[in-house]
Amino acid sequence: MIVFTDVYKSFGPKKVLQGFSLEVPDGQTTVVIGYSGTGKSVALKHVVGLLDPDAGTVNVDGQVVHELDRAGLVALRSTIGFVFQFAALFDSLTVRENITLGLKRQEVPQREIDERIRESLALVDMEGSEDRYPIELSGGMRKRIGIARAIALKPQYLLYDEPTSGLDPVTSAVIDRLMVRAREKLGVTGLVVTHDMNSAYTVGDRIAMLYKGAIRQVGTVEQIQRTHDPIVRQFIEGRPEGAEDAGGLNTQAVS
Amino acid sequence: MKNFWDLRIKSNFSQKNLKINLVKLGQRTFLVLQYMGGLSILFSKTLFYSIKKFTRKENLLDQLNKVGTNSVLIVFLITLFTGIVLALQSAYALKKFAAEIYIPGMVALSMTRELGPVLTALIIAGRVGASMTAEIGTMTVTEQVDALETLAYDPQSYLVVPRVLAATLMFPVVVALSEAVGIVSGWITSVSLLDLSTVEFVKGLRLFYEFKDIWYGLFKSMSFGFAIALIGCIRGLHAEGGAEGVGNTTMRAVVLGAQAILVLDAFWAVVLL
Repeated sequence: MIVFTDVYKSFGPKKVLQGFSLEVPDGQTTVVIGYSGTGKSVALKHVVGLLDPDAGTVNVDGQVVHELDRAGLVALRSTIGFVFQFAALFDSLTVRENITLGLKRQEVPQREIDERIRESLALVDMEGSEDRYPIELSGGMRKRIGIARAIALKPQYLLYDEPTSGLDPVTSAVIDRLMVRAREKLGVTGLVVTHDMNSAYTVGDRIAMLYKGAIRQVGTVEQIQRTHDPIVRQFIEGRPEGAEDAGGLNTQAVS
Repeated sequence: MKNFWDLRIKSNFSQKNLKINLVKLGQRTFLVLQYMGGLSILFSKTLFYSIKKFTRKENLLDQLNKVGTNSVLIVFLITLFTGIVLALQSAYALKKFAAEIYIPGMVALSMTRELGPVLTALIIAGRVGASMTAEIGTMTVTEQVDALETLAYDPQSYLVVPRVLAATLMFPVVVALSEAVGIVSGWITSVSLLDLSTVEFVKGLRLFYEFKDIWYGLFKSMSFGFAIALIGCIRGLHAEGGAEGVGNTTMRAVVLGAQAILVLDAFWAVVLL
């Protein structure tokens, strides 16, 4: 289980997380929604120790992430797959080498590496792309390879950072289907950050809205769809006018 | 009265300016200290991983190839012409004293002690240092470095150590080549344009050229390689922004690398001469 407890994080004068608390139950997919630049990705990066909180804790399976030493962090990261917003594939490596890199770090035998590459590429419908370089792939294909790289590690947790941003609706739906398939086949706990409500409704068991650095509301998909909270309603309906003036929002991206 | 108030306003204004300047000075000092701290940590981590944990031989071989093999042609061309110019310039001055016999010694000494290591280092700082910063910088801003971390790799061990080791090991090799090319081109110039025979060239070379001159140049070139790669890598890991950010970071890394070469050159001159 991943537990955020009263997390604060600032970058210089910009306060991003201000008392962010959230529980991510095992075996479910929790989706964090919120306006662009409100710190969703920042929250996600705390889980794998890419960022340390200014105050508060992020707890994964009873371990406080920012208190782990290097060995502890390596052990923790081997249980977590991270799918980056723009896939973050290594340009100089082929698809096969991209997937192999994490497996080699876990000292998986070569025969099993080959098997896992085959399985993970099949899961994302990208068989036959082993020897292609990221530059030869479209945005959607790269995201699929990013997912394949994460699931090849057979992680306990899968974190997705804006998995459908910048994709056309059909490719977005394909990525959503892959995320659902990954959860069903692998039984992983998922944490997804997105502002794409279609995606949130498709992949999420629970939805939490991040607003002004803290969780505004959390609940099942049905509870969120029926919410009377004006801020959450405005966001899920995508209305420019409402409780929050969309024109006045700070949309400066924080990553 | 009017003048008095004017003065007071001016005084307040200058006090405010002083405070702002002091704050800026403090912030800059903090940034410099933070940078030096980061450099020290990376330096110690690089040494640690080099000695204790370095296992990624394929990365090292790749970097050795990039730093060494790919630099050969440009270094060859530049030192070829440097040797020719050195011989001709030395002859211009020494002919006035009928001391042409010292031309070989001047060419060889200049090439091995100074021009070979420093010129080669400056060329490679531009070529290899910039390439390292741009490559790692792009990886940083496109989250590839973060991806490495999430795959449980340490970027220092994976990205920095092979580059720093490769530069430290390959610089002396490339510098040795540059020295040889410079001396040979100086010899060919002396024989063909300056009426010196090969026997006279070798004799002149032996007059005041010692073995320690060779290792002096090679030794300091190792420190140049280490500094260029370390600066390039740390700059790359701290790159921010998009293409413009990476471009600016690369430019700063090259300038800083060139400065480091000249400072280290002066340092070794003071310590070793």
